[in-house]
Amino acid sequence: MIHFDNVSKVYPDSSIALEEVSFTIMPNEFVSIVGHSGAGKTTLLKMFLGEETPSKGKVFYESTDISKLSKKNMDLFRRKIGVVFQDFRLIPNKNVYENIAFAMEAAGRTDAEIEADVPHVLDLVDLGKKIWNFPHELSGGEKQRVSIARAIVNQPDVIIADEPTGNLDPLNTFDIVQILKKINDLGTTVILTTHNKGVIDSLKKRVLTMENGRIVRDDQQGKYVI
Amino acid sequence: MFWIKAKRIVRAGFFSFWRNGFISLSSILVMMVTLFVIGSVIFSSVVLKSTLDQIREKVDINVYFVTEASEKDILEMKKSLEQLPEVVKPVIYVSREEVLEAFKKRHKNDQFTIQALDELGENPLGATLNIKAKDPSQYESIARFIESKRAQSVETDNIIDKVNYYQNKDAIERLTKIIKSANSLGFVLTLFLVAISVLITFNTIRLVIYMSRDEISVMRLVGASDRYIRGPFFVAGAIYGFLSAIITLMIFYPITLWLGGATANFFVGLNVFNYYIANFGQIFLIITGSGIAIGSISSYLAVRKYLRV
Repeated sequence: MIHFDNVSKVYPDSSIALEEVSFTIMPNEFVSIVGHSGAGKTTLLKMFLGEETPSKGKVFYESTDISKLSKKNMDLFRRKIGVVFQDFRLIPNKNVYENIAFAMEAAGRTDAEIEADVPHVLDLVDLGKKIWNFPHELSGGEKQRVSIARAIVNQPDVIIADEPTGNLDPLNTFDIVQILKKINDLGTTVILTTHNKGVIDSLKKRVLTMENGRIVRDDQQGKYVI
Repeated sequence: MFWIKAKRIVRAGFFSFWRNGFISLSSILVMMVTLFVIGSVIFSSVVLKSTLDQIREKVDINVYFVTEASEKDILEMKKSLEQLPEVVKPVIYVSREEVLEAFKKRHKNDQFTIQALDELGENPLGATLNIKAKDPSQYESIARFIESKRAQSVETDNIIDKVNYYQNKDAIERLTKIIKSANSLGFVLTLFLVAISVLITFNTIRLVIYMSRDEISVMRLVGASDRYIRGPFFVAGAIYGFLSAIITLMIFYPITLWLGGATANFFVGLNVFNYYIANFGQIFLIITGSGIAIGSISSYLAVRKYLRV
């Protein structure tokens, strides 16, 4: 489903972010990517989202080369992917409902669908009561749940979670990981990057370990070993 | 789908305008400065133009004829002058009687002069032609034309007593220069002021959008199209422009009212308040149009930078 074929990324200042990375992610997999800061995790995700283009090699989604997508097809491709960030990236002047509705509007969904799906997806992340609150009125854990709700509302094929628990306390971390697991159980591919040993060890799913832009380990049911 | 999208974009634009209250307010204030400059440029160009027109109106050359000159010859001269392309038609003919009438009127409190005139028995004053040029710089050639007529008629009998252009030459030339440089200076100054204030507005809006750059990147990552991302900023920019235009127009009301009397006295007859009221439709269109255009175009351009994700 997702295939990195010998991908390298060298920035203009000749720092190497990725070096000959190859791996494949199958549908419905839950893959964690671990590594120190600067190991290349975020570059890897940006490559997949089309925010960066590879200096060498190709990134495929099914049979499409992502770096060759036109602007319009890139927009359509991105609607198949839900992204969750460490810093939540909610739109501050929109309330919870509108933050989620926005992603649906962008995908061209009708008003009726939006009115039906937004409350439903907020119930899934247990935030039904905060539907009219603005982001600054929410706790970190709640914000992250809104951002997950936004990511899943268009029923994407893949969820990318870039250190989603980085700013959260252990209890909220546990909640977020449970939600991601539930999403995976419902049939969505999940790619998670994290520093959190406890999260990785409790998941017992596939782990890619990165170091200096390379993948040094690829373990099914892996553990955090850095 | 198009209408649903358009509706969503306009609604999002209104919401972002309303919820970013402080930012919206400051953008409006900055934009008001720009529109105020544009408005003042309109008013000052009107004042300048009317002043120049007034001055032009006052400049003319007079041909004084000898008392023996026949009306027929004078009218013939008037006709040939009127055929010159530089001359404003009609050239005004003032007959000897009218000249005398005007002279008496001017000196009606001067018993001594009136008495002397009466004692004289006959009218000592010659008829005159008053000539206005379309442009002050053309007086010279008109004067030359009259001079040539006079030269031709030297052998026969000369009917022209004198032409007052040569007395007024310096004044006319100086005035011509002033009018020309006032016009070009006004033009350059206008361009300069408008350019500066448009740039300031553009930068303010860029700052506003800079604060929204994360928002824009999120919009990109959920797969929103460029147009869908730009739309609300475009609408909000247009709202800034529209509101600042309305406020500026309201501010111009008391300002012109206050300046109206003063300008009417100083610039002989031109009352900026009356001008404002009489031409309100046109001024409204110019100010509102500029406001909306500057606001929406600045937003459109400013967002472009953050769309390259």
